[in-house]
Amino acid sequence: MSDITAPAYRVIPIIPALKPGAMEGKGPFVASDKINEAIGFPGQLVEDWHDRAIAKMGELLSKYRSFRVFMDACVHCGACSDKCHYFIGTQDPKNMPVARQDLLRSVYRRYFTLPGKLFPKLVGARDLTREVLDEWYNYFHQCSECRRCSVFCPYGIDTAEVTMAAREILDSIGYGQKYSNEIIGKVHKIGNNLGLPGPALIDTLEGLEEDVKDATGIDVRFPIDVKGAEVLLITPSADFFAEPHIDSLIGYAKVFHATGTSWTLSSMASEAGNFGMFIGNYEQLRKIALRIREAALELGVKRIVVGECGHAWRVAYSFWNTLSGVGDGADETDRFAMMLQKQLDHRYKQPMHICEFTWDLIERNALTFDKSKNDKYIITFHDSCNVARGSRMGDFAGGQFDIPRNIIKAVASNFVEMAPETIRERTFCCGGGGGVLTDDLMELRVKGSLPRMEVLQQVVDEHGVNFMATICAICKAQFTKMMPIYGFDRRMVGGVHQLVSNAIILGDK
Amino acid sequence: MASVIFAILFYLATLALVVGLLYRINIYARTPAPLKIPTTPAPITKAGVALRMAREVVLFESLFKANLWTWSMGWLFHASLALVLLRHLRYFTEPVWGWVVLIQPFGVYAGLTMLLGLGGLWVRRLFVERIRYISTPSDHLMLALLIGIAASGLLMKFVAHTDVIAVKSFSLGWMRFSIQPLPADSLLYLHLAMVALLLIIFPVSKLLHAPGIFFSPSRNQTDNPREKRHISAWAKQLESESDK
Repeated sequence: MSDITAPAYRVIPIIPALKPGAMEGKGPFVASDKINEAIGFPGQLVEDWHDRAIAKMGELLSKYRSFRVFMDACVHCGACSDKCHYFIGTQDPKNMPVARQDLLRSVYRRYFTLPGKLFPKLVGARDLTREVLDEWYNYFHQCSECRRCSVFCPYGIDTAEVTMAAREILDSIGYGQKYSNEIIGKVHKIGNNLGLPGPALIDTLEGLEEDVKDATGIDVRFPIDVKGAEVLLITPSADFFAEPHIDSLIGYAKVFHATGTSWTLSSMASEAGNFGMFIGNYEQLRKIALRIREAALELGVKRIVVGECGHAWRVAYSFWNTLSGVGDGADETDRFAMMLQKQLDHRYKQPMHICEFTWDLIERNALTFDKSKNDKYIITFHDSCNVARGSRMGDFAGGQFDIPRNIIKAVASNFVEMAPETIRERTFCCGGGGGVLTDDLMELRVKGSLPRMEVLQQVVDEHGVNFMATICAICKAQFTKMMPIYGFDRRMVGGVHQLVSNAIILGDK
Repeated sequence: MASVIFAILFYLATLALVVGLLYRINIYARTPAPLKIPTTPAPITKAGVALRMAREVVLFESLFKANLWTWSMGWLFHASLALVLLRHLRYFTEPVWGWVVLIQPFGVYAGLTMLLGLGGLWVRRLFVERIRYISTPSDHLMLALLIGIAASGLLMKFVAHTDVIAVKSFSLGWMRFSIQPLPADSLLYLHLAMVALLLIIFPVSKLLHAPGIFFSPSRNQTDNPREKRHISAWAKQLESESDK
């Protein structure tokens, strides 16, 4: 791991030449029997994997219009070919989105289309062999499902959907990934991805209350499992103890404190993250989301607010209403959804992002700040992929870009943007999303963060930027690791609410 | 004899195209989209989605963001093809509609620009390493086929005229199931045979991108998951089991 060095910056960001095979055999650890079986998958590669994989592909084709259409529609135009951070960083042609999809599409063509059955060579169709299967495992775990390619595809083909389908097929035949499946096991067993049990969590929160008291002299509370609280905060478990995540958690608590909002965490649902999405498994995605529904019903809360986490916000914003009824606008006859929707207060968005929550208060002048507390920082903002391309904030398209920036500008004086082709919906993934934030994929992570690091270097050189704010637990963890490798200070990355926390004035109001 | 063969060929090709496309479109329409996955920022109203789709289909908006070369050549080809197809309406209408008469000269130029666009796309496919890497033989053949169709058509316009009056009486007759003689012109035969081949492969090839775009969830969904519960039939079934 320590021998992995940062690739050199491109002098001009030209599209790199191909290096076929550069990332062959560099996939992640395979899940053990125990890990797979704990979440209902076959322990190891089943004997009739070939037939079961094809059958699973057929099943997914009939259940997901996205997968069905995306298998047919690609014309190999190459619009996406230079858009993936992993391709740019590794130069492996199979990390081009179109080539990654074709690993699966070639098999689709062979088994599900007439030309592929008749003239496989002509249309690039392949039999599903063990080599092809291993290739799937390798390269579909070198995709962070960040959707950057889908922005540029003339048909909106989203490689994330294809990657999810591939991982779903692999899991169904006992060829799952250790990292993601182990974490999903933990969230079911203990309640969060990090495996932090309830008592330890309560301990941590008490410690935090003391820390904040020491630092500010004010009793900021971190309540948990409080029945009848107004707001249930669902946040990534990294916020409870990882650096710099915890500083944002303190920020959320201060915002709640400053406005006298009654809020609570939940020990049962002490995790916003949902790795069910990463493995493309609807049942897991749903089961993990149901914990939030259960906690909300049990605690009787009126509002659900989500902390700084990228994919969790995509799941919460885009999928929760579907999966668990956290949202609005269910049919009157929809008993399952109505049970929760009747309880929630629909004067507010359900669920609401913590940035929407804070920005709303700022707009209503309910918070006061001492901006000079952030004067030591020259700040830039890294848009997290799932927030940027898979969700929204506020009432207008693109609010997910403006609201976090507005907050930063409200609490700090020095803000600069990175290169325009790398922000907002064109943002680059941090290199650690989508189930690859694991040490066994360190080379991939280092190379995949190259495009972001290059443009960060630019604003560091030109504007003296010394803080990159972001609203994703994975981005924060990934960058904390990447910064030193690229010659930056690891503390250069942090949350938006970390900046809020620095500047907020906690009077006695 | 050739007239009969081509008449039958076109009946079959048209049948293959229509049945194949309807079959495919039916599959797309029936397959559920269980989750809200528009690529955001996305329109929050239905009218906005229609506008986004229109920009995508007419202007190739996403491709424009991706790559100017591919966009300019691709758009030039498609726009030219559309004009050329409209120009060909004169073979199927009597009297020819006024606006079809009006666009005739543009249709001729469009034949040339169509060829230019296709050439540009092929150059890119052949000489850009990444695009060459992802190309299958069928990708090249598809371009060859379209270039063949455009070139044979242009040759009949500019070099070796065919008897267009006879061609028109053939096509008008064909539409009424009455087979009229087709001029004995090998260039015309070639042109028609390639067009028939294109119609036949349309519903089983990457040409499905044409209907596919309209069904692409990342482009055709409204961004309103918090405001309206979106649930597919198979996902709803999971619910009854855990309904509390």
